[in-house]
Amino acid sequence: MTKLPDAERLCQQLARELKAQVKPSTAMIGIHTGGAWLAERLHAALGLQEPLGLLDIAFYRDDYAKQGLAKDPKRSKIPFDVEGRDLLLVDDVLHTGRTVRAAINELFDYGRPASIALVVLAERDGRQLPVCAQRAGAKVDVPAGMRLRLKRDAQGRLSLELERGA
Amino acid sequence: MARNPQLNGNGELQHLLSIEGLPREILLKILDTAESFVGVTERDIKKVPLLRGKSVFNLFFEGSTRTRTTFEIAAKRLSADVINLNVAVSSTSKGESLLDTVANLSAMQADIFVVRHGSSGAAHLVARHVKPHEHVINAGDGRHAHPTQGLLDLYTIRHYKKEFGGLTVAIVGDVLHSRVARSLIHGLTTLGVPEVRVIGPQTLIPAGAAALGVRVFHSMREGLAGADVVVMLRLQNERMSGALLPSAQEFNKHYGLTADKLALAKPDAIVMHPGPMNRGVEIDSSVADGPHSVILPQVTFGISVRMAVMSMIAGGG
Repeated sequence: MTKLPDAERLCQQLARELKAQVKPSTAMIGIHTGGAWLAERLHAALGLQEPLGLLDIAFYRDDYAKQGLAKDPKRSKIPFDVEGRDLLLVDDVLHTGRTVRAAINELFDYGRPASIALVVLAERDGRQLPVCAQRAGAKVDVPAGMRLRLKRDAQGRLSLELERGA
Repeated sequence: MARNPQLNGNGELQHLLSIEGLPREILLKILDTAESFVGVTERDIKKVPLLRGKSVFNLFFEGSTRTRTTFEIAAKRLSADVINLNVAVSSTSKGESLLDTVANLSAMQADIFVVRHGSSGAAHLVARHVKPHEHVINAGDGRHAHPTQGLLDLYTIRHYKKEFGGLTVAIVGDVLHSRVARSLIHGLTTLGVPEVRVIGPQTLIPAGAAALGVRVFHSMREGLAGADVVVMLRLQNERMSGALLPSAQEFNKHYGLTADKLALAKPDAIVMHPGPMNRGVEIDSSVADGPHSVILPQVTFGISVRMAVMSMIAGGG
């Protein structure tokens, strides 16, 4: 059984690393849902001026023709001007890279950012697109046929878990 | 039990033909999805790539500007290609049947048919004959149903009133000829609105109205008392056959919505109208343009609701 890293510790570690990198004008966007949980934490820890953005990529997925619309699409909320801004895009787990592709496409429909850096709590192998994270809390080996997910309990504590399903 | 023609084997929306017969969960999912699309329509770039490469055929056998236009905008904002057919002046006038028209468009590789027709059941008929990957949306059939209008009315009510439980909704005027009223009544009762009222003269209220789960009133004074939502219907002159009304002036006197009559409803009541309005007949300008009116937001929400319906039916294998 793989020993999974402690999500809370990774979160603090990421916040420390990012502190040196962010400028006052840097804005953060979390990808629904796990990425948004992580982004809430990082956003508070870094004390960014702009409010946190939330992205649901349901309308930009590449498997719509096969799978149909995602079950419960949330409204994307970008409460600042994307044009010319340095963005931190936050997700929980980087796997195939398809979510990030969709997120970047959606962001460009809000404007032309100066830069986008990808921040993830954990990365695993299985990339299907040329996507990499600028900051990853940890690299996790995930057994075949398993999925790495971020969970949040009733007290708001974050944890990484393995579950069945590709 | 016969399978619901609107749902596929997994219980997902396949066609949208009427609100009647749609489960509560599907109605709520349409409204929730529309809410996400409202976010898209507030951006500078009001477009998402979901229906890229799909063709939407607007098949209007009956005139309509607003409904056809909002379907067209909705499809374009989903990146679909839209083809508008003004069937009233084309093949049909040369004698082609409805199903032949559809078969020809299908040969042109259609994905979605948006059908408006003067005969009740026309969209159902088309849905029974299309290929498995083709989808049908009813944009109004005779006196039967106008489900996307009903859905945008439901969306508007939820937007302003937040919850359906505890509401009193009054639908006023020509209920007899109104497919809008029929669709809305089914939606309101499915979503648990406790009090749905219809108000109008005996001649314009269908005989079986009470069986739909509504309370029938013939007086505005009684019917509007305590209403949270007032839905005015258009007096449909073109559907009126025989002497159902003495005159438009007479109708206005008893059932036209004036500021005085609206004062009987709750102070925060909203006023809706599916358009086009006959000002000075079913609604006075002071009300149509007044602070309670949400008639123009209805039109805007209609785009997101139609985006939600199209994106829900056209995806998947």
